[in-house]
Amino acid sequence: MKKFVDLDHVSLRYGEDGDGTLALQDMSMHVDSGEFVAVVGPSGCGKSTLMKVVTGLWPASEGAVIVNAREVDRPLSFTGMAFQNPTLLPWRTTLDNVMLPLEIVKPHSQKLKRERAMYETKARDLLALVGLKGFEEKFPWQLSGGMQQRASICRALIHEPSLLMLDEPFGALDMFTREELWLALQEIWLARRPTVIFVTHDLREAVFLADRVLVMSARPGRIIANKTVDLPRPRTLSMTYEPYAVGMVQELRDHINDAREAA
Amino acid sequence: MTEIMITPTRRPRRRPFTRNKVFRRVLPWLVVVAIFLLWQLAVIAFKIEEFVLPGPASIFKAGFQWYGPLLDNAWQTFVTTAIGFLFAILFGLAGGVLIGSSSLMYDGLYPALVGFNTIPKVAVVPILIIWFGIGAVPAIITAFLLSFFPILVNVATGIATVEPEMQDVLRALGASRWQMITKVGLPRAMPYFFASLKVAITVAFVGSIIAETVGSNKGIGNFMLVASSRFEVPLAFAGLLVTSVMGIIMYAVASVIERKMTGWATRGSGGATFSP
Repeated sequence: MKKFVDLDHVSLRYGEDGDGTLALQDMSMHVDSGEFVAVVGPSGCGKSTLMKVVTGLWPASEGAVIVNAREVDRPLSFTGMAFQNPTLLPWRTTLDNVMLPLEIVKPHSQKLKRERAMYETKARDLLALVGLKGFEEKFPWQLSGGMQQRASICRALIHEPSLLMLDEPFGALDMFTREELWLALQEIWLARRPTVIFVTHDLREAVFLADRVLVMSARPGRIIANKTVDLPRPRTLSMTYEPYAVGMVQELRDHINDAREAA
Repeated sequence: MTEIMITPTRRPRRRPFTRNKVFRRVLPWLVVVAIFLLWQLAVIAFKIEEFVLPGPASIFKAGFQWYGPLLDNAWQTFVTTAIGFLFAILFGLAGGVLIGSSSLMYDGLYPALVGFNTIPKVAVVPILIIWFGIGAVPAIITAFLLSFFPILVNVATGIATVEPEMQDVLRALGASRWQMITKVGLPRAMPYFFASLKVAITVAFVGSIIAETVGSNKGIGNFMLVASSRFEVPLAFAGLLVTSVMGIIMYAVASVIERKMTGWATRGSGGATFSP
């Protein structure tokens, strides 16, 4: 498998004169093309910093970040991102929110005017896939938190990014909505196979969704464990209650405990 | 022991009269009429001389008697205010975008602007008259000077407070600076912008009237100055009345536009809007 994301001994220190917090230290990891990787770790371990380094929003202080065979020295222009907050634009309808990346990312931005109908159908299909059919013309504040989050994920997916960065996208949702969205995300991932980096602190979520789970140490963050999840796809929710998945969650849990004690 | 009777008939739940929509609609008018009535009564009861405080009746009388010059001068003031206000919108928006979207511009320009804004504009009017002579130009400039700062500050605030995560989403898509401003910054600043318009339009009137009072040969400010120097106090008050009516109309126009443009900010709940 080709490495799509490759971090080689990356460190990141916040602040300009080198005396800020050290968020990442000597971090090496890679994600293969089309792979789904979950990153877990104790809170404040620099998971969100990792997202920023990979997407080029923050330059690494040391080491090399290589994405799609190119060294990252400025923000990447092909990433789809979603965060714990839906960050939808309140003055746009759900449909217009989802279509926002198409107005910015090339080549879509050049074709959008001429092929608006085609793109709109695409956006509507995507919204239907996550259960938002009939809410296209509603404004974000007319939707529930879970629905906003679904729309936010559609926005991250609409331009078919080769790299999807999800930073605790389901963190603020209730368990049932969350599980429902795991299934939707799996379906989308199986259909399109983007490379995914998924930050979470829900271990069951990590095991259900990911091909591989990386455990980060407490700040400054490093990778301290790397577990491959050997479950067939498409996965079902009941699989997460079977001994293999439960054992895996247990093992990850132990790693995180160790990391917290070491801190 | 007293027995408590529980009557089986349920009282019909009537909405209190104070919640009545029509009542709410006419309430502002009722308040205005009440103020005029009290005023008139006070003037009669305390036998206040007309050149101290004229009652509404004599104000209206004077107003009708001189309605030609009154409207003529009011129109002059309205036009100068509107021109100054339009320039304020133009420069306020452009300056707000500039200062709000760049921390360099903010750090560099903002202190100077604050310093400039603290200069009392009345003190500037004589200088403007030296430069531009007696007439409409100093009034337009004063209206502009007073109203442009609140617009600029509000637009800058709206743009500068865009959520960092929202910026990350756009930057990770490769959005240019200009796209960040047009897609997120400006729309987000719109509620701030329209809120500032309501403040700005009223101070714009203050600006042009100050300038007309200090040095002009036309306009409602000049009109009031002339009236009071001839001790025609009711006529001066009529000028004040016309001014406040113009202010209310402009305010109402601004809030109607606001409601049309930024309904999303008040979440369709109606918000606090002013309807005279």
